[in-house]
Amino acid sequence: MDLTPTPSQTVGPYLHLGLTDTGSVPCIAGKGVKGERVWLTFRVLDGDSVPVPDAMIELWQADSEGNYKGTEGHGNSTVDGSFRGFGRMPTAEDGSCSFETVKPGPVPGPGDTIQAPHINVSIMARGLLKRLSTRAYFAGEPGNASDPVLALIPENRRPTLLAQPDPTRAGGWIFEVRLCGEGETVFFDV
Amino acid sequence: MSSSLQNKGNRLPASVVPFRRHEPGTQPEYLYPAYRATRRRAPSQPLIFLPHTLSEVTGPIFVHSDIHPNDNDLTVQHPGEPLGERIVVSGRVMDGDGRPVSNSLVEIWQANAAGRYAHAKDNHAAPLDPNFTGTGRTLTDANGFYRFVTIKPGAYPWRNHENAWRPAHIHFSLFGPAFVTRLVTQMYFPGDPLFAYDPILQSVPDERTRQRLISKFDLETTKPEWALSYRFNIVLRGREATLFEG
Ligand SMILES: [Fe+2]
Repeated sequence: MDLTPTPSQTVGPYLHLGLTDTGSVPCIAGKGVKGERVWLTFRVLDGDSVPVPDAMIELWQADSEGNYKGTEGHGNSTVDGSFRGFGRMPTAEDGSCSFETVKPGPVPGPGDTIQAPHINVSIMARGLLKRLSTRAYFAGEPGNASDPVLALIPENRRPTLLAQPDPTRAGGWIFEVRLCGEGETVFFDV
Repeated sequence: MSSSLQNKGNRLPASVVPFRRHEPGTQPEYLYPAYRATRRRAPSQPLIFLPHTLSEVTGPIFVHSDIHPNDNDLTVQHPGEPLGERIVVSGRVMDGDGRPVSNSLVEIWQANAAGRYAHAKDNHAAPLDPNFTGTGRTLTDANGFYRFVTIKPGAYPWRNHENAWRPAHIHFSLFGPAFVTRLVTQMYFPGDPLFAYDPILQSVPDERTRQRLISKFDLETTKPEWALSYRFNIVLRGREATLFEG
């Protein structure tokens, strides 16, 4: 039996029908979940700096104590006090989408290292034959300097992985995804 | 290679067993110029190789309460029956070692029998079917099996190039056990004359692996007097073998 993994194909322009019309998850941590509450906005731009209106963002993160856990719930079934670590939203016409969550805690890394707070990001869209993976870190976080994954990246490209505080909203953060060209976001081979 | 994680504070020790990497040619590249939309969306810089950490080897879990009763039968989601050829689509989800991927979310979406999606942005001049949405969702069972009842989707034009038509297909989304096993793909039907002209299917370089996207007609699971059946097995990435763990 051939056990080569099944190849990826693009999610296409009609992803909403299967994945976000009833399967969006804008809230990763219900109101009662402890931790620093954050509102994280993504904005996806293509190689011409044009907003991508038909992408989907999925997030996977640890809780405020740095634990990944088995999560429950899907669609709109978020209940207060529940943390599921998973989020999913389609981008709007302006290329953006937003999530409510708590800031993840530091997570153990390889060997003796500690990974700074970060959120694992998948980007899927028409024109992407397979998903893109990146990480959203938080600008100004002291742990970023010793993060073993940021250390893998040429210094001049590291800022592309830093969410920046949203000047218009307390607890708001903005993460810009540039798919290609000038200021291209760092994507990972996972 | 397995990297063990140090015990920090009162955190339990955890071992991270990495997942295997894809063989060259078995997955599409991001840039495939014949598929026009890749030209402005494919990254131009090489990806950064990421050794797997706890962040990559964990992933969301979905449960039965995430699924509604008619989610795996796309022909009973409306008052009337949809038009078209009723089919059963079933298969097994396995990892790279042939082990079942159990209790794992499978989501599908597709055009109706006329090749039209029930989507506001689809303006193909083919009729909508008031009895068909084209959305399905299920969990694999303990042995990794899933099953949908639906109707056979039609081919549709998509303006990628002169007279471009997509071969009939069903979109599939799977999670598997980890962030890195996430897979979105498309299932095709055997013998479609449009395969050779479709840059999306042809973007998979390795011919043999590309064939994995084409379902097999399956007389055995056909329901007599009721529906034909197609089998589509899916393989997600397996873990690397480890000589020592923990
Ligand atoms: Fe499609």
